[in-house]
Amino acid sequence: MFWNEEIETMSRQDLEELQLKKLQSTVKRAFEKIPYYHKKYSECEVYPEDIETLKDIEKLPFITKDDLRESYPFGLFAVDIKQIKELHSSSGTTGKPVVSGYTEKDLDTWAETIARGLTMMGIGEDDILQNTHGYGMFTGGFGVHYGSHKVGAAIIPISTGQTRRQIEIMQDFGTTGLIFTPSYGIHLAEVALEDGIDPKELGIKAIGFGAEGWTEEIRQRVEELFGAKAYNIYGLTELMGPGVGIECEAQKGLHIAEDIYYPEIINPNTQQVIGENQPGELVLTNLEREGMPVIRFRTKDLTKITYEKCECGRTHARMSRITGRSDDMIKVKGVAIFPSQIEKALLKVGDTEPHYMIIVTRPGTLDEIEVKVEVSNDIFFDGVKEMMSVQTKIGKSIENETGIRVKVTLVEPKTLPRFEGKAKRVIDKRNLH
Amino acid sequence: MKIKQLSIFLQNKMGSLAKPLEVLTVANVNIRAMCMADTSEFGILRLVVDDPIKGKEALEENNFLVKITDIIGVEMNDTPGGLTNVLDVIKDNLIDLEYLYAFSHDKEGKAILLLHADDIDNLISVLNKNNITIVSAEEVYNL
Repeated sequence: MFWNEEIETMSRQDLEELQLKKLQSTVKRAFEKIPYYHKKYSECEVYPEDIETLKDIEKLPFITKDDLRESYPFGLFAVDIKQIKELHSSSGTTGKPVVSGYTEKDLDTWAETIARGLTMMGIGEDDILQNTHGYGMFTGGFGVHYGSHKVGAAIIPISTGQTRRQIEIMQDFGTTGLIFTPSYGIHLAEVALEDGIDPKELGIKAIGFGAEGWTEEIRQRVEELFGAKAYNIYGLTELMGPGVGIECEAQKGLHIAEDIYYPEIINPNTQQVIGENQPGELVLTNLEREGMPVIRFRTKDLTKITYEKCECGRTHARMSRITGRSDDMIKVKGVAIFPSQIEKALLKVGDTEPHYMIIVTRPGTLDEIEVKVEVSNDIFFDGVKEMMSVQTKIGKSIENETGIRVKVTLVEPKTLPRFEGKAKRVIDKRNLH
Repeated sequence: MKIKQLSIFLQNKMGSLAKPLEVLTVANVNIRAMCMADTSEFGILRLVVDDPIKGKEALEENNFLVKITDIIGVEMNDTPGGLTNVLDVIKDNLIDLEYLYAFSHDKEGKAILLLHADDIDNLISVLNKNNITIVSAEEVYNL
């Protein structure tokens, strides 16, 4: 089953021709309409007419999250705000968030990518799709929502949380498809089992999951618990949202909607483009975006790509699941956190930046973060009450900065490990990669 | 008159008291009185020593976090009700004590009560007015 058979099974040659045409017009529009690109490309002495082949994209400079942040909020929009229909923003980032703007056509393009993915998963107009991704500025909720409308499924926009109500609705409404983060999915199943409900009996046909790291073992566990196949969904707010890549029935990598996103893999150290099947950092370019074309965005996500035709018949490239990050970002409960945010939060409590360490664990099915902070002179008081309030203050400050509740442990000075050169701030014990 | 007490931050884990005590032993600093305030995760070790400055320096050289806090010592009768007599005065004058600890020593029939309050000067004047004997810091250091 295909949503858009013509595009999804197009020959590589035709697809590349289409990509080149779209790339040329995207670069031209960006150069003409967006001062950021005009300035940057002029400085690098590269111009739209230099893009004669797809390979010529390598002449263009990269764009990073910092560049997007500096353009906050609307600096990278190519259209007037009159044409923007929706605004989203990335969750839990350092400093200013990244804003993403969508025209009517962009929302339709976004929905198209999700529709292709839902069709891969076997979700169509007969289905009832329960979307536990949060609705709001986070793109996970609405992206799935629009795609579900497109394929004609009945969407339940329940968002995250209210676990028992989720289960009740699954039973009463006859939910056939689920969208969740793997850890929330396992939690959902465990709560159901506690209440004497076997999730396998709920009649779930397919599960779409993403927004956090997972392993093949986690997928197997989810599939066993629900008695349904679970498909990986990848995406990021900067480019649009979920739907950049989605797994098909074969579950052998995520098909990138290549007529909409142009993928490259680079060596994060040399920044050189590397070939097929070589692990590296994913770089993405919007080929089909009016509101905010993003060209050569460094995702910092590590993966590899194959262009081999898939057994499902699709010709679009497949990326493997994300195996790590080329920076120090960690994803906890689906939220991206940078150590620099923790640093910022700590600076708001004391005068000096204390030495700290972030420890991420998953004792059961849900992530837990512990932040160990070395007590320094400015946050040490001769009173238990005061010290407890320092602990609480640090916790609140971190929650404000990241949106995540953490356990704060105060430790003695000079007891956390020291590193030469770049400090290692995160110990991830979840073993996700 | 004010006693310089050392307050040391410690984590609440097995053996965490051993290291600071060893440091003081090596520095030849003698402990006169001590008390420990603790939570399930951390504690504050409070010490009155014979040489607070030397003690602080030795501990800090060994990476301990140390604060000097002013406390006062009062003499009370080492008999049933002795402590209550002092505390009643403090309570009647609406002073909120942060913490206290006590020890008895060689002086026949007397014990020493160590007190800390936010407004320590006010505490001193109330005690003076009620004829409660405040012991000098040197007396406590050199017991």
